[in-house]
Amino acid sequence: MALLIAFIAYITSNAIANLKLLGKTFSFDFLAMPAHYDINQTLIEYSSKSTHFRAGVVGILNTLLVAFWGVILATILGFIFGILRLSPNWLVSRIVYCFVEFTRNVPVLLHILLIHGIVVHVLPQPRAAKEWANFGDAMFFTNRGVFSPMPVPEAGFSWVIGAFVAAVIFAFFFRKWAKARLDATGKPLPVFWISFGAIIGLPLLVYLVLGAPLTWNIPELKGFNFRGGFVIRPEFLALWLALSFYTSAFIAEIVRAGILAVSKGQWEASSALGMPRSRTLNLIIIPQALRVIVPPLTSQYLNLTKNSSLAIAIGYMDIVATVGGITLMQTGKEMETMIIVILFYLTVSLCISAIMNWYNQRIKLVER
Amino acid sequence: MSDAATTERYEVGKHPELPPPLLASGPIYWVRTNLFSSWYNVFLTLLGAWFVWSIVPPLLEWGIFDAVFEAADRAGCQALGDGACWAFIHERFKIFIYGFYPEPERWRVIVAFVLLFVALGPLLFDKFPYRGKAMLFSLAYPFVAAWLLLGGFGLTPVGTDQFGGTLLNIIVGVTGIVISLPIGILLALGRASDMPVLRMICVSFIEFIRGVPLITLLFVASTMLSYFLPPGTSFDLLLRVLIMVTLFSSGYMAEVIRGGLQAIPRGQYEAADSMGLKYWQSMRLIVLPQALKISIPGIVNTFIGLFKDTTLVIIIGLLDILGMGRASLADAKWAGLSTEVYLSIALFFFLFCFAMSRYSLYLESKLETGHRN
Repeated sequence: MALLIAFIAYITSNAIANLKLLGKTFSFDFLAMPAHYDINQTLIEYSSKSTHFRAGVVGILNTLLVAFWGVILATILGFIFGILRLSPNWLVSRIVYCFVEFTRNVPVLLHILLIHGIVVHVLPQPRAAKEWANFGDAMFFTNRGVFSPMPVPEAGFSWVIGAFVAAVIFAFFFRKWAKARLDATGKPLPVFWISFGAIIGLPLLVYLVLGAPLTWNIPELKGFNFRGGFVIRPEFLALWLALSFYTSAFIAEIVRAGILAVSKGQWEASSALGMPRSRTLNLIIIPQALRVIVPPLTSQYLNLTKNSSLAIAIGYMDIVATVGGITLMQTGKEMETMIIVILFYLTVSLCISAIMNWYNQRIKLVER
Repeated sequence: MSDAATTERYEVGKHPELPPPLLASGPIYWVRTNLFSSWYNVFLTLLGAWFVWSIVPPLLEWGIFDAVFEAADRAGCQALGDGACWAFIHERFKIFIYGFYPEPERWRVIVAFVLLFVALGPLLFDKFPYRGKAMLFSLAYPFVAAWLLLGGFGLTPVGTDQFGGTLLNIIVGVTGIVISLPIGILLALGRASDMPVLRMICVSFIEFIRGVPLITLLFVASTMLSYFLPPGTSFDLLLRVLIMVTLFSSGYMAEVIRGGLQAIPRGQYEAADSMGLKYWQSMRLIVLPQALKISIPGIVNTFIGLFKDTTLVIIIGLLDILGMGRASLADAKWAGLSTEVYLSIALFFFLFCFAMSRYSLYLESKLETGHRN
């Protein structure tokens, strides 16, 4: 303990001496100064006149954006691959095996660069995209990004959203009521299909009754690039796809191991009780598999978030590229910027861990 | 099944032998059960076959049949065929392997690489001839390798700034792997210890390392570490990177080993105590052998992860194989060949990492003593 304190005191005194020698001060004043650099993808308003602080916020939002969508796509793909890997179909499980092994054993940075290279070099220029990477004159795949129509809500669209919210609330209570009925009378209801129909059907009905209060802002070719519509930039696209593919290979293995961990006797016992296969899966197998799947899944989500810091290699402006990159270069505040970046990642990691631990507690088997 | 054979009456023991049922074995049976057992399996099979058909032939055509292996530049490639241009990889191969390591001294890298396998052999395989004596060489290997690569004592000195390509990946990977295992074991024991202060220090170190991306640690190594040293001192960038990579992977290693430690039943600890073993004795003789055995898959996974993470050094400007590949893309003579370069590098990593994961399977089956339920 004394050694540790002595060590910390020693490196702190060294740091102070070094900073003094270089004529630098330890302060976070630079955050209020104008940043003087542009960021190509921003979720909030930002210009080169904005402060370093705002640049940092833009970077944080970009990190969170790619992590959020990456987690979603990786989970979906991972579960699909994991289940297909266990398929009795030999051909399908072999294909998935090859994909998973190849993806897992290649560095994620290489995935990012490879996909970025493909997006930039293989997809056409915007002008050429009009000819061949064109889906119904509305969606264009170009090397400057994917351009798709953007929905523009008109007056009355809030009713549709209201209907959606109402349907979700209805589904929630319907589920509770159906469960109570099942417990009381033993009669099951097709809860999933009824809730699904309500959540999709009600907003659709309102939408059609109000006369489709939604227009689409369709991208148009103006000069050298498309204007309007919704743009997914190539850097984001490459990073998102690479992180999702890479992580999905790991998730596939986790899902496979989780399902295999449920013993065969559980299947047999449940079918001996006369349960249909779907209910066996829902009520017996998946709850037990999830217990095994969730803890390693959490660390995969954390890995994905941390790997998003590799964005700097292809110029996606996340927190490491803004605060830890350009701001560091401009201001020379290595210590302060690095502390900000590290604290950000620690916070995100702890938050994801906390959320997943809470979920893990919920699905844990209650042992009596 | 022929009806005649089953309806006719025979005396006991006189029944003629029936042919095996046609559809219970053999290739047709296999195809039926594995590919066409139900309507959705037929659908999946057709989908899979279509997928393979649409991916594999074009890929082979691009990568092998239409590819160009010898050409002077990109234009020469395009003149000879419209597939991949492997001529570029062919030309840059040496640079990808050695980086800027001086040409006449490259035999030293090869010797060090071959000796690496000689040193690894007795550690990895227990049937290695003269294992005991070979182990001594394994212990001496790090010094031999450092002498061979860095020079001095009769060899021309080579600066670490000239290291590059796969050489750099292997140096960073192997060093990280070798040093992080003992540190990881110590951290895991510290985390499981009864002393609250030691436990707290270990927990916060591990959680800090695991909560932060490796890139930020490498940035710290390249920009900030010198602040914490006595004024005026500075040391080699590669060394700083090695320290950071080792610390990083020992954090992960500690967690893997902690899992193994927790899986050991309490009775083992208590039995060791009641035998009168001291803490280190009981750890060395009773607990760690079992715990490490359980954690082998996790340990190898950490190694694989670490080896893949060695590519991140390009972010702070070291030129490993990926860095060399990326830098060579800037050559105007060979513009636009990123797919070829990245795919060859991917193949390199795939071979190494896949071999490691196979080795872990081998080790698992070898150490499986049947005690697990």
